[in-house]
Amino acid sequence: MNALQEKLAVEIPAEDYLHCEHGLKSWLLTKDHKRIGLLYLFSILFFFALAAFAAAMMRAELLTPKGDLLIPTDYNKMFTMHGVLMVWFFLIPSIPGVLGNFILPLMLGARDLAFPRLNLLSWYLFIIGGFMALHAIVIGGVDTGWTFYTPYSTTYSNTHVVEMAAGVFVAGFSSILTGLNFIITIHKMRAPGLTWFRLPLFVWSMYSTSLILVLATPVLAMTLTLMAVERIWHVGIFNPALGGDPVLFQHLFWFYSHPAVYIMILPGMGVASEIVTCFSRKKIFGYEFVAFSSIAIALLGFLVWGHHMFVSSMSAYAGAVFSLMSFLVAVPSAIKVFNWTMTLYKGSISLDTPMIYLLGFIALFAIGGLTGIFLACLAEDVHLHDTYFVIAHFHYIMVGGMVTTFMAGLHYWWPKITGRMYPEKLGQLAALILFGGFNLTFFPQYILGFLGMPRRYHAYPPEFQIYNVLSTAGASILAIGYLMPAFYLVWSLRNGKRAGPNPWGATGLEWKTSSPPPKHNFHETPVVTEDAYNYPPLID
Amino acid sequence: MNFPLFPPAASTIAPQTDLLFIVLVAVSALVLAVIFIPTIYFLIKYRRGRRVDRRMPELPSFKIEVTWTLITLVIFLGLYAWASEVYLKIETPPADALELNVVGKQWMWKIEHPEGISEIDQLHIPIGQNVKLILASQDVIHSFFIPAFRVKEDVVPGRYTTEWFCATEPGTYHLFCSQYCGANHAQMIGQVIAMDPAAYQRWLTQKSPGVTLAQRGAKLFRDLGCSGCHMGNSIVHAPRLEGLYGKPVPLANGQVVVADDTYIRDCILTPQLRVPGGYPPVMPTFQGHVTEDELFQLTAYIKSLATATVEGGQP
Repeated sequence: MNALQEKLAVEIPAEDYLHCEHGLKSWLLTKDHKRIGLLYLFSILFFFALAAFAAAMMRAELLTPKGDLLIPTDYNKMFTMHGVLMVWFFLIPSIPGVLGNFILPLMLGARDLAFPRLNLLSWYLFIIGGFMALHAIVIGGVDTGWTFYTPYSTTYSNTHVVEMAAGVFVAGFSSILTGLNFIITIHKMRAPGLTWFRLPLFVWSMYSTSLILVLATPVLAMTLTLMAVERIWHVGIFNPALGGDPVLFQHLFWFYSHPAVYIMILPGMGVASEIVTCFSRKKIFGYEFVAFSSIAIALLGFLVWGHHMFVSSMSAYAGAVFSLMSFLVAVPSAIKVFNWTMTLYKGSISLDTPMIYLLGFIALFAIGGLTGIFLACLAEDVHLHDTYFVIAHFHYIMVGGMVTTFMAGLHYWWPKITGRMYPEKLGQLAALILFGGFNLTFFPQYILGFLGMPRRYHAYPPEFQIYNVLSTAGASILAIGYLMPAFYLVWSLRNGKRAGPNPWGATGLEWKTSSPPPKHNFHETPVVTEDAYNYPPLID
Repeated sequence: MNFPLFPPAASTIAPQTDLLFIVLVAVSALVLAVIFIPTIYFLIKYRRGRRVDRRMPELPSFKIEVTWTLITLVIFLGLYAWASEVYLKIETPPADALELNVVGKQWMWKIEHPEGISEIDQLHIPIGQNVKLILASQDVIHSFFIPAFRVKEDVVPGRYTTEWFCATEPGTYHLFCSQYCGANHAQMIGQVIAMDPAAYQRWLTQKSPGVTLAQRGAKLFRDLGCSGCHMGNSIVHAPRLEGLYGKPVPLANGQVVVADDTYIRDCILTPQLRVPGGYPPVMPTFQGHVTEDELFQLTAYIKSLATATVEGGQP
């Protein structure tokens, strides 16, 4: 076995994408989707670390009921920084920017994305937007929350709102261009024989995500522009004192930001389908249902924005429509979970690190999804809205869903990206620590919310303390779960076992080329003759 | 150590939403069991390396997919209908409610009782009676949240919103601002004190300043010069306000609106928007000249005129 791996290692062509060119310039001016994927990886991890620091400050403050660590304004700046950086500079680009960029062309059997130069532009726009946001933070920060609600943001906040919004605005164009690039690539650059219904489900999820990126992000750009216009020139758009309507801002903001929630979970669902099949050695159960449920989520996701506004003074009947749509959008998510579970049936299941992350994802996503049903229930939302219940719910989706699948995907494709295996036992341990720490951090917040603790409070009545202490303790464990992979993955770059082209024995074109892949991915264009996940039949 | 699981439930709405909550928890537990039990079973039974029959039977997969989709849909629609029915109750204030005015501003709550009592960050109410709050904001969006009553409504500048409840248990409960409103958002908290009706009456008598909200409004009505046109034998042709409140008003554009709190507010702040039929659009705007507080006083005064008649006949 070892001898075979050594042999494969020798056979790796020297001109793999990591070694074909050298120097900073060869990275910063690269048009190779794989290198751009890695540029995204480093950038989003940088923003993740900053946003996690803000979360750590918040959790430390909330250890005691009194506001004793941070002054209120600084606390407010912390949650704004946490929200803005996590949403726009980590979650939205996480799987599409890193794994999508790296894996999508490989999965399609393509040499690159349709527009490699545009892809590099996307990264530069992302970085420029990110540094504009950082600049806003460094010169004093913003205290509006990531939602920028008016008229607070346009008239009352004395912080650097326009600078921050401008950063998000610029990064939005990165989203749009990436979405466009993916859609065209999926349409035009599939390998011979790779028909739509032979596509890996990760491609379907990237396609759905790209639809949302292209259709929703422009609305965010317009909304933030209108906000800036009112803030700078006092044109009455949202502030009633100037003749505007503050609730209009919420409609516009959530028309983008609710679909954006699906930008933050659909890619994770795609990763889930890849991993559950690979580590069960089976075809996915209900391929068409899983594929079309992604499209259904992308489309229905545009019709549910009002569920953020059930107590905003919107009409009760509008509320009833948005509630119904919110129930409907939950159905395709449920279908996916049932299909993943059913895929395990009669499989040959191996609990490698990606699979442990994946099983954790199914549990956390199920809990996050079900508590979403609580919030879709109009009467229940009246009590739970703007409490920690909502915080817990969306962290189960965003962190329990997206970050867990990002970790799963990173470990799954790590051998492809680097050519090296990570240490398996440490990986499994980190996945379990992450799962435990996550639940201890966020489950108590459901109870806090039901008890009535509002979000965005730096000080709170003493009866809420016990659950805040549990949550902060959990966050410390969660931090260990994040730091461990940071160390062992770096360690594996030099010391990991050589992976060979297909260490998992997985199907999919990305496993048919060497690890790391050559600059142009394939030595000869692959031809596809079978369905996705066509694992050999299992007997015993 | 104390691990509270339920907030106090002290309104007529609370048991209804709590029952819904408990059913939601039960349904969730059931769904999680449906997912977790087979998952764990499969993980053990089909662990790689175990010798077990893995030959896949021909499953009617389309039927399976349709079945679990439909079951999910039916459960969801049931929950939807139930929750919406309770929500419509929460959103529809009963007609016989005691009306109190609330102004939210950075970072305090001011409550105005019709008897003329003003409270800051405290709300005294009688149990067993429907109470309707008319909410206004002086600056940004706030939200008036009483966890023990399971009610919450945003307080939006530029408009009135309403929230109602009927308290069932005497006690002191939390009042939170739940919509982020700036630096001291977490200090925009207070107490709701629910009292026995007799104790509430004693409190009213004890605290009464001797001047009702409507009387303060009447004084303001004269001070702002409203009475110059809307009262007495004015030379300006302006609508009389006696008997106006709660009545339909035909507008110059042909629409008919009911003269409620919102209409009165709009007429004071943006008088050109909905001019009553037969009157010239000459009223100046008072936007920026009156606070939300003063609007409530003026409205209380106009309300008090609802049963009055104009001397000289014309209603």
